[in-house]
Amino acid sequence: MPFTTTKSAFWAGVRDGAPFMAVAGPFALLFGVLATEAGLSVFEVMSFSLVVIAGAAQFTALQLMQDQAPTVIVLLSALAVNLRVAMYSAALTPYLGRAPLWQRVFAAYLLVDQSYALSHARFEADASMTVPQRMAYYFGTCFLVMIMWFAASYAGAAIGTTLPVGLPLDFALPIAFLSMVAPMMRTLPHLIAAGVAIAVALLAVAIPYSLGLIVAGTAGMMAGAQAELWLKTEPMIPPDERET
Amino acid sequence: MIEKDTLWIVIFGLGIGSFLLRFAFLGFVGDRPLPAWLVRHLRYTAVAILPALVAPLVVYSGQNGTTDPTRVVAALVTLGVGIWTRNVFAAIGAGAAALFVLVYLLG
Repeated sequence: MPFTTTKSAFWAGVRDGAPFMAVAGPFALLFGVLATEAGLSVFEVMSFSLVVIAGAAQFTALQLMQDQAPTVIVLLSALAVNLRVAMYSAALTPYLGRAPLWQRVFAAYLLVDQSYALSHARFEADASMTVPQRMAYYFGTCFLVMIMWFAASYAGAAIGTTLPVGLPLDFALPIAFLSMVAPMMRTLPHLIAAGVAIAVALLAVAIPYSLGLIVAGTAGMMAGAQAELWLKTEPMIPPDERET
Repeated sequence: MIEKDTLWIVIFGLGIGSFLLRFAFLGFVGDRPLPAWLVRHLRYTAVAILPALVAPLVVYSGQNGTTDPTRVVAALVTLGVGIWTRNVFAAIGAGAAALFVLVYLLG
């Protein structure tokens, strides 16, 4: 159904985005808890969530900082985990590229899995939308998810200061990562990329400064890309890849 | 313990870097297409980096770099349930349950 106003497009975005609060909330909560356990103050946790807005990248940075990895490696690894947002940016540009610059700045800041997936699907399906309507829909999809993201980060940080000692929280991060990555294993090249990355990572633990992670990640990416060429799998830009 | 200076460098470095990744095409590039080889590699970043980060934490999870079977089993349960159900929260729940039960049973 075509939208008649930008306002109705915004509220449609809010409605479509609402279920994703259930995805963003628990990750933000877990980040708040684990970051507090790692010694961050509530203010630092909130700054982290407000400035970065990227669950997997924040978890990666937290883990590597606890391992005392050099700052450059922390940044490189976390940004590598977040590289997919550059793909999202590329995919949305044909639809939003003609909007005013200040709107694109805010849109970029709020670009996460959910806002990308919902908006891209909607823009593709409905060619009659104007650029202001698309922007309104896009910001609508972010609205509740972002409120949830910040609120749950705060709740997690508040809970984290009161948790009893002795919980096996050291292993919460690996479990969170595995749960994020398992649903992404949609094709054989994805499995090959992961398998090669794991093998190289285990062999490369002795490489100093956590550089093994970069080496293993690069090897996995190259293996996945090569496998895709050889197997000629359909490239899939996932609408269902979640986590923030 | 995380150094405070490092923490703030990481927060702002990651914030600026992530913003630039997000703004790259929307802001600078316009709608010119990306080279196919680049898109092909970008597609596998998350499925390569995240397992590479987790694998050593799982395999060398015991004291002094030994392998702790409870954590290996918990990891495998998380992964298996995640691939099977495609549901992040089912995977977390199953993994955490496995870990708690095993830690309780085996000490």
